[in-house]
This record gives sequence, C-alpha cells and structure tokens, in this order.
Amino acid sequence: MEKPFAITLEVDSSLANHTGSWRVERPKYVNLMPPCNNACPAGENIQNWLYVAEDGSYEQAWRSLIIENPFPAIMGRVCYHPCQTACNRAQLDEAVGINSVERFLGDLAIEKGWKIEVTAPPTGSHVLIIGAGPTGLSAAYHLRRLGHQVTLRDAATAAGGMMRYGIPKYRLPREVLDAEVARIEAMGVKFQLGRHVENLQDAIDEGFDAIFLAVGAQIGKRAYIPAGEAAKILDAVNVLHDVEDGNAPMLGRRVVVYGGGNTAIDVARTAKRLGAEEAIIVYRRTREKAPADDGEIQEAIEEGVLMKWLSTVKHAESGSLKIEKMALDEHGFPQPTGEFEDLEADSLVLALGQEVDLSLINNITDLVVVDGVVQVSPSMMTGRAGVFAGGDMVPAERTVTTGVGHGKKAARNIDAWLKKATFEKVENSPIVEYKDLNPWYYSDAPHAVRPRLEGARRASNFDEVVQGLDESTALYEARRCMSCGNCFECDNCFGVCPDNAVIKLGPGKGFEFNLDYCKGCGICVTECPSGSIVMIPEKS
Amino acid sequence: MTTAPIKFYQVGSFAVGNRLLPQEERSVQSDMERTNALTSGHRACQGCGEALGARYALDAAMRATDGQIIAVNATGCLEVFSTPYPESSWRIAWLHSLFGNAPAVATGVSAALRAKGRSEVRTIGQGGDGATVDIGFGALSGMFERNDDVLYICYDNEAYMNTGVQRSGATPPAARTATTQAVGPEPGNVFGQGKNLPRIAMAHEIPYVATATVADLRDLEAKVTKAMSFRGARYLHVLVPCPLGWGSASCDTVKIARLATQSGLFPVFEAERGEVTSSTPIRHKVPVEEYLKLQARYSHLFSPKRRDDVIDKLQGAADRNISRYGLLPEGDDN
Repeated sequence: MEKPFAITLEVDSSLANHTGSWRVERPKYVNLMPPCNNACPAGENIQNWLYVAEDGSYEQAWRSLIIENPFPAIMGRVCYHPCQTACNRAQLDEAVGINSVERFLGDLAIEKGWKIEVTAPPTGSHVLIIGAGPTGLSAAYHLRRLGHQVTLRDAATAAGGMMRYGIPKYRLPREVLDAEVARIEAMGVKFQLGRHVENLQDAIDEGFDAIFLAVGAQIGKRAYIPAGEAAKILDAVNVLHDVEDGNAPMLGRRVVVYGGGNTAIDVARTAKRLGAEEAIIVYRRTREKAPADDGEIQEAIEEGVLMKWLSTVKHAESGSLKIEKMALDEHGFPQPTGEFEDLEADSLVLALGQEVDLSLINNITDLVVVDGVVQVSPSMMTGRAGVFAGGDMVPAERTVTTGVGHGKKAARNIDAWLKKATFEKVENSPIVEYKDLNPWYYSDAPHAVRPRLEGARRASNFDEVVQGLDESTALYEARRCMSCGNCFECDNCFGVCPDNAVIKLGPGKGFEFNLDYCKGCGICVTECPSGSIVMIPEKS
Repeated sequence: MTTAPIKFYQVGSFAVGNRLLPQEERSVQSDMERTNALTSGHRACQGCGEALGARYALDAAMRATDGQIIAVNATGCLEVFSTPYPESSWRIAWLHSLFGNAPAVATGVSAALRAKGRSEVRTIGQGGDGATVDIGFGALSGMFERNDDVLYICYDNEAYMNTGVQRSGATPPAARTATTQAVGPEPGNVFGQGKNLPRIAMAHEIPYVATATVADLRDLEAKVTKAMSFRGARYLHVLVPCPLGWGSASCDTVKIARLATQSGLFPVFEAERGEVTSSTPIRHKVPVEEYLKLQARYSHLFSPKRRDDVIDKLQGAADRNISRYGLLPEGDDN
C-alpha cells in the first residue's frame, strides 16, 4: 500500500509485540495468612468478615463470621482478642478494634433476628455432648450445621457454662448470652438441662454414635492456708455461681481475693458490686506477671479494686489476714521476704485456678488423665473410640474463645470419624508480616475507642461496663483493616503497570495478569498495599 | 484537640482505586474502560516511569475532554518505544515531527483547530526532559509567551535516556550520566547548573503550571483535569524515574518517585499566572539518602568512600524546596 507523506500506523498494532517474552520472573496473586486469623483460637477468618463489612454488608459479614464461631456478640465482650495483639496495623498506628466490630455484628444479628438455617442433609448420626459451656455449644452448633442430630446435656438449669456461672453480668449481659444460645437451640439442637451425667458409661450405653465431653473445669483449687475457726474462706467459682443463682454470699465490708487470674478480678469486681467497701486482690507476683488480662486489671482499678502485688496469705483469722511480702528473684520467681503485715478482711475468696471434675470418667479405663486433664489425640478423640473431649478439661488455654475453637475442631473431627474418614486440615499459608505490606497507601487513622461507663458509677451495679460502637464507628473501624495478604481490590496493580498488563475482571472478581505483555518489572508487587502479589521465577 | 470528620475508605485516597468510593470520585486509572492511551506491546524498558506517566496523564486528559485530544510528541524515548515502524501503541490521535519542534507543531495543531472551528478538540504537546528543557526550549518558550492553547507535558527522567543516558539540563547535581562520570573531586553532574523548567514556565506567567510524579496518581489526574479547564498555554512537569538511566530496580519506579517527593528533592506544587497556589505536603519525611541509595547513579556518594559533603548539599537543596514551597506545614513535625 502506498503510504502518504505522513506515515499512519494502525491503532493497537503494537499488540503484535508480545513483550512478555522479556520476562524472567512473573507476578502471582496469593492469599496469605493474616496474623489476626492466625492468632484466633476459634479460627475465625477475620480479614474476610471485616472486608465484607467494609461496604456495609453486615449480614453477609456476620454470616462469614459464624462459619467459624456462633457467638459474635459474646466474643465481642469476653474474648481477650489475641487477634488485636497480632494485628499488623499496630505497627502503623494502632491495632484494628476487631473485637468491637465483632460485637457490633453480633448485636446487630440479635437485633435483626438473623437465623441460621441448617442446609446440610440429615446424616442420621446422633451425637451426645456433655457440657453446655462454650465448647459444648460450639460443638453442637457445628455438628448441627453438618447435618448431625445433637443432644446437649448439662447439670445446670441454664446453658452457657462458665459464660453464665463464671463471667459476671457486667461483662456479659445474660440477654446476649441467652440470644446466642437460643439461636443454636432453634437450629434443632436438643437441650437436656438440669441433667447431671454421673457416669460416662451409662451415657455410652444409651447408644449415641459419638460422644463429646466438655464438662469444663469448675472446681476451685484449694491451697492450704492455716486459719482460725471463725475465718471466712470462700471459693471464687462458687461465689460467682451463687451470685448468678441469686444467692449472693455475705462477703462483708472488706473482701480479700487471693489470686492473679481473670477469675480473681471477676470476683473482686463482683464483691464491689455486692456492696463491699473494699475489695483487695492479693497476688504473689507483679501486675506484669499476673495471668489476668491487663485490660480487666485496669477496669478493676478504675472501679476502686485495690491491688496488693508481691504478697501471699500466710494465715487467716476472723477479721484479719497475715500477709507476707514477696520479692522477685533473678529468675522472676517470687520469694518470701520474712516481712509480714496484717490485713483487715471480713472474708477471703480463693481464686487460685480451677480443676476438672473427673468423677464421670472414674470407671472408664481407656481415658488417660495426666495432671488432672484428659488426654486427647490431635483429632480430639480420647482413648475410647468415639468419645471426644475438649475445652477446659483437656490440656489447653482456658478461655471462652479457645473453648469455641475446640468445639469446632471436635465437630469437624467427629463428623469425619462418623463418616469413616479423616478430617484433613488445610495447610496454613505463610503469615503476612508488616514488612510484606506497603503501608504508604493506608490513611493515618487512629483506633476508635469503645465508650465505658465511669468507674465509680459502674462499680455499684451490674450494668454492662463496656459499651458497643455505633454503626458509623464500627464501619470506620472495619475499614481500618489492611487486609494483610489478601487482595481487597484497591486497583493499585491495575493502575501502576506501565505495560497495561493487568486485567481488571470487575467488582468481586479480582485481577489477572496478561502474561503476553507483562515484562516482569515487579512494580505491582512493590506497590501492592496488602502484600498479596509475589514474584516467582519463570521456568527456564 | 480539634476533630474533623474523617473521610475514610480503608486506604484513604492513596491507592489507585477504591471499591467504597462513589463512581464520580474514582480515579481514571481504576476504570476498566480507561482509554489506555499508551497500550501494551510498547518497547519501553521494564518498570518504565515514562510509559506509566504518559498513560496516566493522557488517560486523564481523554476523560477531561471527552476523548477529544491530539497529542504532539517530541523525539525521545517515549516516541521511539511507542512507535517502532510499523507498530504503534497509541490509541489516541498522535503525531511526531522532530526533536526540537514539538511545542511549535502543537501550536500549529491548535491554530489549525481554531481555524477549522473545532475548539472542542484540545492539543497536548509532550516530550522528555531533553526535548523540553534543552532542544525544544526555544519553541516552548515561544509557545508560552504567545499563550497558545496547548497543554505541554514534560516527562522528566533527568537525562537523555534513549541515546544512552547523557546529561540534560534537567539532570540533578551529583548524578552520574555517560557525560558526567563519577570521577574526580566532584564526581557526577556539577552543582549550580541546569534549568528548573517549572519555574521558568511560571516566569512566563502562563495560566497554569504544575508538577507531579507517578507516585501520586490522584494528584496527577487532578492536575491534568484542572489544566484542561484552562485555555492558553499550560505546563505540566511529571517526574518519571528511569530504571535504566538511574540504575534502580525496575520494581522500585513508583517507590523512588515517592521518595523524591517525601525527601523534598522534587516539590509537588501548582501555580497560576506565575504564583504558586498550592503544594502537596510531605506525608512521611525521609532524608535524601533514602532516595539516593536506591539509585546506582548516586552510588559514588556511598562507596568506596561516603561523601557526606555531597549528600549534605543535596539535603540542603531538598530543605530549600521544603521551605520555598511550604512542604512541611507548621505544626506538622512528622
């Protein structure tokens, strides 16, 4: 063809030049493990439900959340949120308030009455769960979702276990607990409350296809404390249980709580609410070494609970305790100093940890008990085929969230066992670290703080201390998530490619690389905010 | 403490796109239907800042004018890598004449459109720093003083990259090029020479002058859009890192442009009729060293012997920009 003086080149004629052949490395989209998900004892996919919540799709976010955990409203109040401790955003400004968003979603679900349908076809298997605490309820929920018939048996007259009889109302209002339990009951789980299982063999003989033990650890540990006859010594677990039952014990004007765990804090704060003028926590180590959650300690102090760190109770008399001061040695262990003082006290409440009531398995020889807890296999099965166990009665951290995680894990393993299969856990992806992100792209946005009742005011009643976030604040907090290791469709890769070699597939569909033209420069990797693209070598 | 409502969309407005923004607030580059004025198959090096800058700017101009632009390109990398005969990567009306005459040709295109009564079709002149600062400078200055209706965009990669990295009037002090070798007591390009073209353009008191980089897409798009709202001569100076000439990793192109702005070495501002009207504040200030260290053209400042004297002079230049353009607003001590 005769070209005119000015040469005309066809539009898109450069597409004939496949510059992808220059490449020695190629970019690849990946989904990595966000540190929050990795830290969650219940195995929640936090990054995912925050992402879904970010555009206001709260019900969808809640439904994503409850795939792993049926109790968002409870979690949002009592979980010690290891996710937030792990959150990469803490290194940018402050961790995302995951726990408060979880509570927002949980409360909204209760308010809107969102229900959970069981869509799995009935399997015909029937599982007995002994213990209606967080672990048992979680297992019941997950087994039911998998299509199994579930009977849940508990000695108490109401379900919830330690969520009801251990955690005081000011941390977990009972209507919240009741609502989330009722949702599980509505899924068709058969509750048998007020029915104590004294002997596991009898239950086995009833012919269930599998049994899950989750009786918890409800016996207060006793320490030998020399005491005069009239000394009033109580046990923390019983005190909290009695308060829940409406039979609050007479603790007197000055109450001393012995122990440094969360239960000690709960009892001291409860004592204040029952009218004690002074509630004093005596603990042999320091605040830093105390096992209680630091936020709980802070709230207790705000309410006027007094702390006596580095102290042990040597002797109890009516109205008075003898305290010995301790000092930490070079290994950080408390050692007696021989210095004593007297402490006025009308009662002493022991909160020195809890033990498992193993009486129901006394005559079962296949179950192995070490250090007072039942041993289980990685699939949570005990020595007896078909009998599984979890929660506080097996070796684990004793928190509600861990219990919920155990319930889920047990349910999936019981399901596999009933189907004569093995539950294959998907191998975790590598964890995303802060250095893998490009934080430039995230706006500076400090954490939204949840309102709290004032210390003095709240110490006089059982009203809930920590308040929830309103919708706009919850949304703001959700949007602070950096989506570590998972694409959130920010379009950066699509924008920064000098070769127009990233194909945007449309909302919700993500992106693809056009390897015909991608030269492998790697700008998309450097500029990806969430670390969701990696470079991999081309095969030579 | 004062509180302001925070308009917050997960990543603010720093990323290219944002699914949470209303359509009209989204960037041109996040649009699946963007023009792709410079499309795939071009022969720019891996990680080319100029290819990126040109697509950013021209796609924005296309949106601002409803697709009615003609671009006139000077000789240089951008021209060579986009149109190796018989291929073209341009998806817009585009023409090339000579190295030094792009502003004059653009003037002619603009005049022809006016003569034909097609004033809705807008003209863009564009070239690298060599064509703009040196070779085509006379024609550009003429275009400015006549106030011809052209937006001229300079993609500044700070040397003649296409011909083998020779020094231009936009090459920064101390940078090594093929013609300013890192030898002798004052290695690299000399201090005290070269041209600051945005300031020269401002001296012509044309309607609009702005600087931008490939590190801040939204800023660049906003400036192109604003430029298209004016008639008369306008000038946009875009910093586009060059992995080949600067000796940087191809994956770091955007990062290096960002460090240029965050160190203060490249001030991002806009001016109307010769007066600076706004500047983009530094978000996370960094010492110039962080910018210099990623580039082999400055490696002689760090080895075999560290040249604190030279680094200090470059830091001085950055600090001067910071105070001259108010890049660190008072009370902001980040």
